[in-house]
This record gives sequence, structure tokens and C-alpha cells, in this order.
Amino acid sequence: MKSAVITFPGINRERDMLLALEATTGHKPISVWHSETTLPHVDLVVVPGGFSYGDYLRCGAIAARSPIMADIKAKALKGLKVIGVCNGFQIITEAGLLPGALMRNANLHFVCREVKLKIENNQTFFTNKMANGQIVSCPVAHGEGNYTCDAETLRRLESEGRVVFRYAEGTNPNGALNDIAGIINEAGNVIGMMPHPENMIEPLHGKMDCRPLFEGLLAA
Amino acid sequence: MLKAKIKVTLKNGVLDPQGKAIEGALGSLGFGGVNGVRQGKYFEIELAETDKAKAQTDLKSMCEKLIANTVIENYEIELH
Repeated sequence: MKSAVITFPGINRERDMLLALEATTGHKPISVWHSETTLPHVDLVVVPGGFSYGDYLRCGAIAARSPIMADIKAKALKGLKVIGVCNGFQIITEAGLLPGALMRNANLHFVCREVKLKIENNQTFFTNKMANGQIVSCPVAHGEGNYTCDAETLRRLESEGRVVFRYAEGTNPNGALNDIAGIINEAGNVIGMMPHPENMIEPLHGKMDCRPLFEGLLAA
Repeated sequence: MLKAKIKVTLKNGVLDPQGKAIEGALGSLGFGGVNGVRQGKYFEIELAETDKAKAQTDLKSMCEKLIANTVIENYEIELH
């Protein structure tokens, strides 16, 4: 499986993602700089976490309008798999690849801690090695992860099984609507999530709960 | 040259935790009777365009494409 990791100015989790993809898929991902206009031929694009453009204007807003995002959007509409993590989730949502918006955490605090994630849909290209209802540990590190959307969008996300990850009861760190931690688009090829699964895959991370997510990429 | 002032505010019903925190701080400073605070953003944009109608169209497009996130925000354009 060939993958690419996109780096924007201010992104700081790209190395973690590159290492996680290489360790789990056995292939070295291609690192792509934001000013490039065409993606290399890959099966998966990951938009990693960080603070693109210093979170100016709105988190992810400026990165979402960068040259490479136009090509990612065009190819995502044709079925290219895309995962956005943390700032990457904010970026692909700002780009219109996923519905809703990520707002300032309800408690106004930047949260950097471990949460419990409940797998709500294991029929996706990222969760196929997990069981529905399975609860895993995963770190979060963000100030604006408070997922929100209008009532009709929420109804559709819930009824179509498009909430992929939910904060397990009592661990919602940001006030997100319905404890939503990650969602998938209607076509099933774009996933966004606030937590950082790339930081829970090796013994040195303390736990390896999220390794099956990456292993699932090979099965998809 | 034209100058635009743009106000971006959160839509009604969208939770504004920053506004809430400001409201709390005003209360603790002794300002009574503050029934609610909603915060937003303000932009001043200078345009080379001299045609007001054209500028209005351009500004609307700027707001829709970048300055506001219309999922959660409203914008108001004032052109001078």
C-alpha cells in the first residue's frame, strides 16, 4: 500500500505519522509539501496533526486552501482514501471533504491526555480490524476539537453509521456533539478524527491499542 | 481604492465558550446585568477595485471561500 503524508507550515506530527505508516504497512510513505500541486500515485493520503499556519483565522482554514488540497479534493471525490488526524481533521473539514466544523473546546482548555475511544463502525478502511463497541485508549492533544454540525447533518451521520469513533462515556475532552471523535464521508473513503492513533502503536508509547487501525489499512 | 469592514459572528444557536468566559469575567469585575456575550472577528480589507458592485461581489466570494466558515459563522460586509 502506497501512502503520502502532507506537510503544511506549522504541522508537527508528520514524522510520527510517517513512522507509524512505515512501521505498520511496511512501506515508506512519501512526504509531500503543501505547495506541490499534484499528488504522487498513492492509495492513501494522510493529513497529519499540528498547528498549520499557526491556527490563524480558524484551525485548518488556510491549509485547506493550499495548492495540494485542490488535488487531494479532486482525487478524494474519485475515491482516493484520505485520513485527517487532529489538525488534519480540521483541515479536511474546512476543505469541505467532511461535514460540520471543529470549534473551540467547550471548557476552553487545550487538552493533552489519553481518552477512551469507542469503535462505532468497523466497516471502514481504517477500523476493519476492530470490533464494534470495542474501547481502545488513544491520546488527544488539541484546543479545538469540539465537533459540531446542524441537526440534519447529525441525524444523517448517526443514522448512516458515519460516526466511526466516539469518546467513551465520561472521556469527552472537548464538548463534541454526541461525543463524536471521528467521522467518515458518505462515500466511505474520507475519515477525520481528533485523537492521535499514530501515537499508540509501539511498546514505547505505553500501549499499542491503535496499531490494528493501521494494520486494517492493508486489509482494506 | 475601496475599504471594506467585515464582521464575522457565530450563528445563533452555535455555542460560544469564549463569549461565556468573557461574560463570566465581566461578572467577576463587578459589571452586573450582563445578560450575554457573543464574540466574533473583525476585518479591514483594502481593495484596488473602484467599482463598488464588483467589489461587493468579490468580498462576498472572499467571505464564502475563506474569511467565514459558513457552517458555523455569519458575515456582514460594509463597504466604503
